[in-house]
Amino acid sequence: MELQAVLMAAGGGSRMPDLTYNTPKPMLPVGNKPLMWHPLNLLERVGFEEVIVITTKEVQKMMSTDPKMKDVKMKLDVVCIQEDGDMGTADALRHIQQKIKTDVLVVSCDLITDVALHEVVDLFRAHNATLAMLMSKAHDFTETVPGQKGKKKTGEQRDFVGVDQSGKRLLFMANEADLEDGLSIRKSIMRKHPRMHIKTGLVDAHLYCLKKAVVDFLADNKSISSIRGELLPYLVRKQFSKTTNCPKSKDDADDQTQKTADGSTNSTELLICSRDEPLLQLAQERSCWNDHRGDMSEAYHGGKLRCYVHIMDQGLCYRVNTLAAYIEANRLASKLLEEPAVHPSAVISERCQMGPDSIIGAQCQVADKTSIKRSTIGNSTTVKEKVKVTNSIIMHGVTIEEGCNIHGCVICSNAVIGRGADLKYCLVGNGQQIEAEAERTNEVIVGTDQLMEI
Amino acid sequence: MAESGVTDGLCNTDDIERSKTEGKELTKEEKQRLRKEKKQQKKNKEKNDEKTSHEGEKKKNKKKKEEQPAGSASQPPAQPSPKAVPAPAPPPPAAAAVPVPASEAPAPADKPAKSKADLKAERRARQEAERASKGKKGDVGQPAPTGKLKAPPSELQPVVKRLPEHVQVDNPEVVKKLAKKLERQQTPGCNAAENVKIPLRSDYGYKVSLFSHLHQYSRKAPLTQQLGIPSTVIHPAIVRLGLQYSQGIVAGSNARSVALLHAFQQVIRDYTTPPNEELSRDLVNKLKPYISFLNQCRPLSASMGNAIKYIKKEISNIPSQCKEEEAKIKLLNCIERYINEKIVLAAKAIAKYSIEKISDGDVILVYGCSSLVNHILCEAFEKKRKFRVIVVDSRPRLEGREALRRLVQKGISCTYVLISAVSYILPEVSKVFLGAHALLANGYVMSRVGTSQIALVAKAFNVPVLVCCETYKFCERVQTDSFVSNELDDPDDLIVTRKGKTQLEHWQKVPSLGLLNLVYDVTPPDFVDLVITDLGMIPCTSVPVVLRVKNVDQ
Repeated sequence: MELQAVLMAAGGGSRMPDLTYNTPKPMLPVGNKPLMWHPLNLLERVGFEEVIVITTKEVQKMMSTDPKMKDVKMKLDVVCIQEDGDMGTADALRHIQQKIKTDVLVVSCDLITDVALHEVVDLFRAHNATLAMLMSKAHDFTETVPGQKGKKKTGEQRDFVGVDQSGKRLLFMANEADLEDGLSIRKSIMRKHPRMHIKTGLVDAHLYCLKKAVVDFLADNKSISSIRGELLPYLVRKQFSKTTNCPKSKDDADDQTQKTADGSTNSTELLICSRDEPLLQLAQERSCWNDHRGDMSEAYHGGKLRCYVHIMDQGLCYRVNTLAAYIEANRLASKLLEEPAVHPSAVISERCQMGPDSIIGAQCQVADKTSIKRSTIGNSTTVKEKVKVTNSIIMHGVTIEEGCNIHGCVICSNAVIGRGADLKYCLVGNGQQIEAEAERTNEVIVGTDQLMEI
Repeated sequence: MAESGVTDGLCNTDDIERSKTEGKELTKEEKQRLRKEKKQQKKNKEKNDEKTSHEGEKKKNKKKKEEQPAGSASQPPAQPSPKAVPAPAPPPPAAAAVPVPASEAPAPADKPAKSKADLKAERRARQEAERASKGKKGDVGQPAPTGKLKAPPSELQPVVKRLPEHVQVDNPEVVKKLAKKLERQQTPGCNAAENVKIPLRSDYGYKVSLFSHLHQYSRKAPLTQQLGIPSTVIHPAIVRLGLQYSQGIVAGSNARSVALLHAFQQVIRDYTTPPNEELSRDLVNKLKPYISFLNQCRPLSASMGNAIKYIKKEISNIPSQCKEEEAKIKLLNCIERYINEKIVLAAKAIAKYSIEKISDGDVILVYGCSSLVNHILCEAFEKKRKFRVIVVDSRPRLEGREALRRLVQKGISCTYVLISAVSYILPEVSKVFLGAHALLANGYVMSRVGTSQIALVAKAFNVPVLVCCETYKFCERVQTDSFVSNELDDPDDLIVTRKGKTQLEHWQKVPSLGLLNLVYDVTPPDFVDLVITDLGMIPCTSVPVVLRVKNVDQ
């Protein structure tokens, strides 16, 4: 077997608390399908047959009842972890170490993309890399986000990513938060790769191909808890570390006792470095290929640990972890899905105006003289007469009474919008009730119980 | 004698008829033979008329009796041809066939009893009967060349050797056949329902008409696009290898063979014999789709072909009572041994021979990056020979840079030129060392494109050209030009960006423009002075001898 897929669906959605206080993030509807359906669909399309899903008990329960999840034909091996425990992604991988038998492809549940996955995996295969990841050029979100006061803050910490001239080899990765004085690059890296492109406007898709040795390394090093935050920068740094490059001491690798006797750092180096068998070594020696030119070193500068990145410049790639991303993803979901925009079981009266980019879920009831443009309407929603819904996301089980005017809103499940209400850029929480003739603009309307959570 | 001549003639004329119907032109030989046979038949007619009045029948009878079984055996199952000897009406074949063997024995005893004419008539009747019965039996089959028939007729039978499929890309029927073959080569995985086929890689871009019979692929459209990601159909090691071939990460015929054998080792390690199957047969069948896959990624080299033949032979030679584990270990050891003998030790032997040819003060010219030539030069340098090297390089691969790096790293003083400067630099050169991709059976050297030019210019300057090649690269193919069988690389490699401008960026839109990126060319043996192999230093024309010796060994 070549690759095992692991879907990380235990995240809390801490950046969009209004949406996730009732529905866990993996089950938020995007294009009327749960959020985690999208990466699963990507894996299924590409040819995976089994996926290990790491999630919470709550999500598992919801998964088993959701009809859309039954569409997924792959075998899902669900592993539950405690929700409140501070389990990072690396901790989760360590938790399932026993199940991992081969190289692993880690995907986050909030990734919506149409990338040709073979591009990432080909880098992993062809260069025998330890890590291959996917990144994308960030698109600005143009939609107004409900509840956002003032300008969009650019306080989001930037990621600095350094790639080599071909744009494939990952040389440097750091987050602005970790760089206090400035960005410093080691001389050894500059000597080996004199031309480096440093990019800041990239979105990390959280899709990683990792060698099995990395998972074993995690099992030994319990201090690493997050893949993105700690493991990745560690691996990228380790590419150029002196210990991985100089000794080709294969006897050390075979000597089991030495591993346990040495300090943990030594053994872990040996674990990560891809143990090149002698025939592969011979083939590389005889091959007249080099990945760089201009200096005296052999291919890959003799380094055994290599990290690669595939940067997408065209195509969709969204990580739905903020409200703005969620709205954008819903807008574009209709492009991704191959199903018809209007579910066949929805009852839509003939005098309703529906724009082409709208998605109507199952068992909806849309009455006369309504106008629905650029919106997503969830399952079992009732929309009464003379309602205008534009640019909005309406989740499941919502009732919208007559005469409402909803523009740019996000209305969560089981909400009731009273007659004649006029909502602009609002976020209505779960099960909320908006009274009739209400006029709200740019507000977040949630229940009192949610206000206690901080 | 005359009879045998007749039968021989009959056989040959049938062949000629067949070849005529197939629409081939008769060669001079065949025409001569036709003429001979016609003469013979005329003579036979005259002789037959004279037979009745001729004396010394007993001798003739005896000879004819002896020749009869041979004659009847060598009779082809031919259609009754109009040129056949006019014979009396054949008696019923059943009656005639039976008495033939019976009559042979008592006939000599009965000879004096019957009259000569009667005997002759009987014989003729028998022969006709046999011919008719054999004609009824074997109309369809081809004549089996017997001991009597000499070599020339057999040349006529398989008149045209079928061209391999990879050099018939412009023939749509052949392409369809190849697609079907790939479909059939499905590997039944653990789910028999999921028989995914090996995808067919499509050609890219406009192909120059002279080479339209070859495949031309684009590096940006790898074959893995059409495969599922956790590749279950094809072993992951083979997918990785195919990717490395198509991206050029593993290049050079030695490196490719070693990598191929390494991948096969992994395949064998992960192999389990399915129930009711034998390892020796099933494993070979498993390897076939992998080989087609690799062929689609990059056409196989001659050395890889020989390695595959060796592996297949080893696998089929595994006795059926051998246990799976033992068999696997045996195969893995075979592979290790093959690599050790044919590549590593061969390189050492060739280095030893070549060092004798390198003297102090030599100026050696090398072309491109041949792993063997680099190895030789490094060894010679370690043995304290004083020489300097001129590395000649050519676009678009620019492999000479890698050769330059390896030599300079050792401490050898090098000069670097492009191939356009070869005639300017040759007056300084004392020897030319070239590597080879394959050595063909007629003594031609197949190597990187540009090698034949270097050999030609060196010949013009009277500089000795030495080709270094291991014996496992010797190939039984025969080629006299570089068009028939070659490899077309990605034409986009020829596009270069200088100062931000890419002139050839939209070459596909210009209808009269075609980009050609050839990989190999053949050098005739007149330009090569010596071939250094692990068996010794041989002239180019001794290659078929080595091949014959190898075949006898096996």
